[in-house]
Amino acid sequence: MYRIVSKQPLNPTVTQMEIEAPLVANKALPGQFIILRVDEEGERIPLTVAGTDKARGTVKIIFQIVGATTELLNHKEAGEFLQDFVGPLGVPTHTEGVRKVCIVGGGVGCAIAMPVAQEFHRLGAEVTSIIGFRSRDLLILEDEFRACSDRLIVMTDDGSYARHGNVTVPLKEMLEAGETFDMIITIGPLIMMKFVTLTAKPFGVPVTVSMNPIMIDGTGMCGGCRLTLIEDGRRVTKFACVDGPDFDGYKVDFDEAMSRGRMYADYERHAYEETCNLFRHA
Amino acid sequence: MALNPKKHEMPTQAPEVRAHNFKEVALGYPVEIAIEEANRCLNCKNRPCVAGCPVNVDIPGFIMKIKTGDFEGAYQVINETSSLPAVCGRVCPQETQCESKCSMGIRFEPVGIGRLERFVADWHNAHATEKAAAPEPNGHKVAIVGSGPSGLTCAGDLAKKGYSVSVFEALHTAGGVLIYGIPEFRLPKRIVAKEVETLKELGVDIETNVVIGKTLTIDELFEMGYEAVFIGSGAGLPNFMNIPGESLKGVYSANEFLTRSNLMKAYLDDPKTPIQKGGKVAVVGGGNVAMDAARTALRLGAEHVYIVYRRSMDELPARREEVEHAMEEGIDFRLLNNPVEILGYRNPDDPRDPKNGFVTGMRCIRMELGEPDAKGRRRPVPIPGSEFTLDVDTVVIAIGTSPNPLIKNTTAGLEVNSHGGIIVSEDGLTSRKNVYAGGDAVTGAATVISAMGAGKIAAKAIDEALRQ
Repeated sequence: MYRIVSKQPLNPTVTQMEIEAPLVANKALPGQFIILRVDEEGERIPLTVAGTDKARGTVKIIFQIVGATTELLNHKEAGEFLQDFVGPLGVPTHTEGVRKVCIVGGGVGCAIAMPVAQEFHRLGAEVTSIIGFRSRDLLILEDEFRACSDRLIVMTDDGSYARHGNVTVPLKEMLEAGETFDMIITIGPLIMMKFVTLTAKPFGVPVTVSMNPIMIDGTGMCGGCRLTLIEDGRRVTKFACVDGPDFDGYKVDFDEAMSRGRMYADYERHAYEETCNLFRHA
Repeated sequence: MALNPKKHEMPTQAPEVRAHNFKEVALGYPVEIAIEEANRCLNCKNRPCVAGCPVNVDIPGFIMKIKTGDFEGAYQVINETSSLPAVCGRVCPQETQCESKCSMGIRFEPVGIGRLERFVADWHNAHATEKAAAPEPNGHKVAIVGSGPSGLTCAGDLAKKGYSVSVFEALHTAGGVLIYGIPEFRLPKRIVAKEVETLKELGVDIETNVVIGKTLTIDELFEMGYEAVFIGSGAGLPNFMNIPGESLKGVYSANEFLTRSNLMKAYLDDPKTPIQKGGKVAVVGGGNVAMDAARTALRLGAEHVYIVYRRSMDELPARREEVEHAMEEGIDFRLLNNPVEILGYRNPDDPRDPKNGFVTGMRCIRMELGEPDAKGRRRPVPIPGSEFTLDVDTVVIAIGTSPNPLIKNTTAGLEVNSHGGIIVSEDGLTSRKNVYAGGDAVTGAATVISAMGAGKIAAKAIDEALRQ
């Protein structure tokens, strides 16, 4: 069992928790993820590590309430326990040789992007961060990004805060103005990562995307997290849990990944409603 | 008393009943039948069956005890060599191992050794009240990676010798393939849990949620004071056919399909983890895993289940008993067929149609058997122009696995072969000092009992190495 050390809502649908898991805290690097189960009958869900405190032996996770399991997780309080917590899984974000980086985060993806931005900042790289949200009340981690970025651009889709528009707008402006980066790292909804990649493509800037497909074991056994890379015209199957979650954005078949992500959409909607009803009647 | 030339039949649930539930298919011998079957054993002098067992269980020894009604005594005889009798009695391919060597088998049907082993283990589990006693510690610490059949066997053998043993399991439940892979109807999970409990009584410490190669490395295990490590991390990533359509929704690897159903209990009525139920299902492959996947799909409510295999019945690698059970249950064997493409739904007018990207069928081509290959198996050759489409909603691909890269990538000096399998000597030693390995991590996908045999050999070698 793994104790919840602290819990803090970041906005109405996004929660941050610190979990006591010393072995994971000791090893986790930016870009890696964990898999947890809330209770004994629960499903396994992957969540990216949002930070660690080695001294306290804790791992920070940030999750959006999108379905039954995250709803259940959000009903757990500090001092309570999670059934299972395993990691760190996946390959850490590649940082070597990157001196100037642009981090593009969208929505709850910013929670994953933040430790990556912090790591580049710690390594002395020049960090530009573009973070986007649907609206002002969904904004998270602005101060944290400001602290680790040489330049921060905040966008909202509806213009309710900071700049109006999506994250590709300022990215395109910078690239058109002749700005270059050693790497663009984008983390967020698949559709956003696809368009960040397409925006960067004419300028030839390398793009790393962080994939978050459906997973079960997360250790290279089930193959549920597979995605397709297009390498030299050939379609190559990769597994996000052991080969990723970071991939070269130019190679990822985003449309296929988006389709696969909706495999259980009906089921998930139903399960979420059931779980919500459970808490409503409780 | 005339000798019965035939093995006593194993009572089973009727096919039409069991096809709709996840309860165990084979019900086990009642006491009288077990004694009658035991009486068929000639207790011959040269004991060929023992040599046919990968862990050399004293088979005539335990059968003699059954004859006298001393079932607990029979269990103790098996327990001297095998840590998992209730598992082996169910899933070992006895027909190609102990029973294939049985002297009775020369003229008649061999003794039902597997069925008797299961009887003895079940009798013990139902009646024994004494807990296994933890032996006097010998002061040595050994780490086991993976809690599947090889790891549990290695752990059990070492614990009985007084070693302090820790088993590290990546998943949330111990048992490895016995839990996530083999379905409830063939190996009830309570039986695996019971065997794991017995190991804990012997003092074995089981740490779930630890991925060796990620949470801890092999080198860190040595730093923590373990003097030897056994790697029994099992088979790895599923193989795919590399044909178009394998990423469509409704295409599963057998590992994923079985893990969802077995480990995550997606077969329950209102599961937390979803699985595609019902419709028409094609399982590609002819091994035991393919049979498990097909019969699971049927029990999940499929209206029709195909096994699609590119060779003929003679080459089908699954156990005969499993194939017969599958046929009785109505699984439709489409042999000498090979998939060439999986077809998906696409609404040309609406790219947002939620049905887009789901499987609608599988294109196959008929095959014929050509010349034998290097292994002597006749190579299947496609018959030009014979393509056809099977209407299906779900495709499960059960064509094997490739070793998991996590441990290899994080353990300097650990040599692997061209397939990624860990290279070991005859006694299970890897290219690293005091690091042993066995089971599917070494051989690629194989049987539970061969993994147990490897765990046993390694335990003996570890004991010899650490006593020096």
